[in-house]
Amino acid sequence: MDYNILIGGAAGQGMDTLATVFSKILHKSGLCLFTLQDYMSRVRGGHNYYQIRFSDTFVKSHREDLDGIIALNQETLDLHIGRLKQDGFILADENVTSKDSRLITIPAALIAKEVGNVKTTSSVTLGFLCKLFSIESTFMGDIFSGMFAESVAKQNIESFTRGQALTESKYKASKARPGKTMLVHGNHGIALGALAAGLRFYSAYPMTPSTTIMSFLAKKAKAAKVIVEQAEDEIAAIHMAIGASYTGVRAMTGTSGGGFSLMVEALGFAGIAEIPVVIALIQRPGPATGLPTRTEQSDLMYAINASHGEFGRMVIALRNPEDAFYQTARAFNIADKYQMPVILLGDQYLADAVQTVKAFDIDKIKIERHLAEPKPYLNGKDYNRYELTQSGISPRLIPGLVPGTAVNIDSDEHDVHGNITEAADVRNSMVEKRARKFERLKREVMEPELLGDDSMDILLLGWGSIYSQLSEAVDILNQNSKRKYGALVFGDIWPFPQTTLIEKARIVKKIINVEQNHDGQLARLVREVTGIQMDGSVLRYDGHPLSPAEIARKVKEI
Amino acid sequence: MDKKHKFETIETAWCPGCGNFAILDALKETLTELKVKPHEVLIVGGIGQAAKTPQYLNVNGYESLHGRALPPAAAAKIANQKLKVIVNTGDGDSYGEGGNHFIHNIRRNVDITHFVHDNQIYGLTKGQSSPTSDLGHITDFTPEGVIDRPINPVATAIALGAGFVARAFTGDKEHLMEMMKEALNHNGYALVDILQPCVSFNKVNTFAWYSKRVYKLTEGKKYDSTDKGAAFQKALEWGDKIPLGILYREEKKSYTDHFDFLKTTTLLELPHDKKVVRGFIEEFF
Ligand SMILES: Cc1ncc(C[n+]2csc(CCOP(=O)(O)OP(=O)(O)O)c2C)c(N)n1
Ligand code: SF4
Ligand SMILES: [Mg+2]
Repeated sequence: MDYNILIGGAAGQGMDTLATVFSKILHKSGLCLFTLQDYMSRVRGGHNYYQIRFSDTFVKSHREDLDGIIALNQETLDLHIGRLKQDGFILADENVTSKDSRLITIPAALIAKEVGNVKTTSSVTLGFLCKLFSIESTFMGDIFSGMFAESVAKQNIESFTRGQALTESKYKASKARPGKTMLVHGNHGIALGALAAGLRFYSAYPMTPSTTIMSFLAKKAKAAKVIVEQAEDEIAAIHMAIGASYTGVRAMTGTSGGGFSLMVEALGFAGIAEIPVVIALIQRPGPATGLPTRTEQSDLMYAINASHGEFGRMVIALRNPEDAFYQTARAFNIADKYQMPVILLGDQYLADAVQTVKAFDIDKIKIERHLAEPKPYLNGKDYNRYELTQSGISPRLIPGLVPGTAVNIDSDEHDVHGNITEAADVRNSMVEKRARKFERLKREVMEPELLGDDSMDILLLGWGSIYSQLSEAVDILNQNSKRKYGALVFGDIWPFPQTTLIEKARIVKKIINVEQNHDGQLARLVREVTGIQMDGSVLRYDGHPLSPAEIARKVKEI
Repeated sequence: MDKKHKFETIETAWCPGCGNFAILDALKETLTELKVKPHEVLIVGGIGQAAKTPQYLNVNGYESLHGRALPPAAAAKIANQKLKVIVNTGDGDSYGEGGNHFIHNIRRNVDITHFVHDNQIYGLTKGQSSPTSDLGHITDFTPEGVIDRPINPVATAIALGAGFVARAFTGDKEHLMEMMKEALNHNGYALVDILQPCVSFNKVNTFAWYSKRVYKLTEGKKYDSTDKGAAFQKALEWGDKIPLGILYREEKKSYTDHFDFLKTTTLLELPHDKKVVRGFIEEFF
């Protein structure tokens, strides 16, 4: 079982509620789903849609062909009918017309009016859909009373029931929930990972598609005892996070490319001052304002190289919501251990695609602070914030704990005490000390995840959220194929983990990079670090995500 | 007491005769009088001559980037209210490069004290005009004289709703210390704009120039520093006569007063509560 439906309309037509509630119903009935959101950068009007794909096992990605279209306006039908399967259906109110025999019209608005609340129109449609797919409706009461006041909830239930009465069941949605699952998007993974890691301070400035990290944290702030502060700009956002981190609390900021550009000077500051900070960079198509609500993976080289001067940082590309959860928590440990910035790369596709995933296991999260023990300093040992050590990592003491001891940090080059210096030998020793931290970090980067056939002939390379589509694309490619396909998808990406790649590159016939950008940034990075060249590329940069079938098709053409 | 536990000056890189020395001395004495200990103090600076202040005292020092002293200072205070958080930085740093933070930290009202070493010039970069340079001031970058109107920091702060706004002058140490003490004791954001002669690059607004013009608000007719309208009027006064003192004060909740969970502890000391996060995760089941 694998169904894929599209709900489309203009912003403000109630499509969000329809899609969200339908997703909730599917989740509650034990099904797995993957939703894709496509919206324009405006609050009203425009064409927007959700694609909801559901199944009785985990759904890895979105797909293009549709089993059903729920058209809240004519435009939705006109734009998407080409993707509708022969035996698919179009569900619409009576204002949408077509000669296509697959169109089913229902008087949803009229029924809602009769019920006494036109705003319940989408509940009529929902009732219809649930019946059509033979989905249980016993918990509808709970869902509606969770959303509305009693009288309105009642009206919604009535509209829902009347919607159900309009059709017979045609599809059979079996249910077999694979263990404990959650319905989340990637930004939930990031926010929950941060909270699990003991986040105490989050400062950011709104920017799509990073905003939902902050809105989720803000909702939980009181219960979690976290400060969530909307800064005046991204410059303040990151400086506040760094300032909080200096005092010893775990702090983070999040933004998209434009905001990250404003943060870059501070990134270097965290580098030289050696203050841990975690930055979620949720990419969208750039440069400048680009396509604000769409997806792209074009900030890889930027994240790795941003800032003047030289210092170590870690860049982690998030592959899916689960990965986002565990990697975000790990990012805090790494930032603390190496006293350096860690950048988490997400993107709109991962940020917005609500999907069923295996439940996050908080017991797997370990909090490792790597702070200096105050005791020796309380007993009179001299404290040097930038003590030269073999690992390059100096003792990080929380300011205010030890009488007679000051914790000095600097954006100027400094000596071991944190005092400004221009002495050449001190400068050299500090540059080298910071570089040693990065060398040590290389030892703990994680190799890319291998998908498909381990002894592949053709190796696909990807990073971050393309994991979703690649995992399904590899399955498609390996079906009835003599050639064997495999993929490596990078999570940790800077320092660049190269062992597995070098090993596989020796045995495969072809290497193809699959990325959501124009320049093939991963290919460039691979070439720069390992000298390995690609034999072909699958790239997309129109703001829409590659689909697994599309990747498979294009890979075969190479 | 061993010298680590007293406010000790470390060798400075300021020009002899610079007004910054008076500020550093006054600050040291004020902190000593207030009976805070060096390790309980955090001084944050941006970049500039003034911003080097944290380097010259044995307190916790945070030398940020140019213009970026206020955001980390506010965050540090939010994270650990036990620290006495002070910003010492320049007029360019505070009102130019960091102008947006100046505006919004007044709104944020975190309990920090902001001492602006206002020399009406960019000292460190060798004498360009600053946001407080008077009209007509001739500098390397403005050979025909400054044509942009200066910002009036105290009037701006009052207009934006700051709860403590004062002006002091390095030529009157006793008064300067009094302003520092009042500002440090104020709950919320407190601004003291300190007139600080730069002997090397500001040949107009010199020690003598200021001395001739300044007068104290407490001299003469009784001044009500809680009357916002009157305070704003007074704050606009500049030129032949320059008022010193607390121009405006108003008690209001500071940022952290809004959080119940910070009433009895600090953000830093809060233990991690795994149960709560587990609950958040389960909401998605
Ligand atoms: C982003 C950035 N721009 C410019 C500079 C150069 N710069 C350093 S200090 C300064 C101005 C200092 O003036 P002010 O803040 O008034 O401090 P003063 O030296 O007068 O005490 C400038 C422009 C810098 N360090 N960083
Ligand atoms: S340049 Fe001016 S402000 Fe800087 S130390 Fe010299 S006198 Fe003081
Ligand atoms: Mg200045």
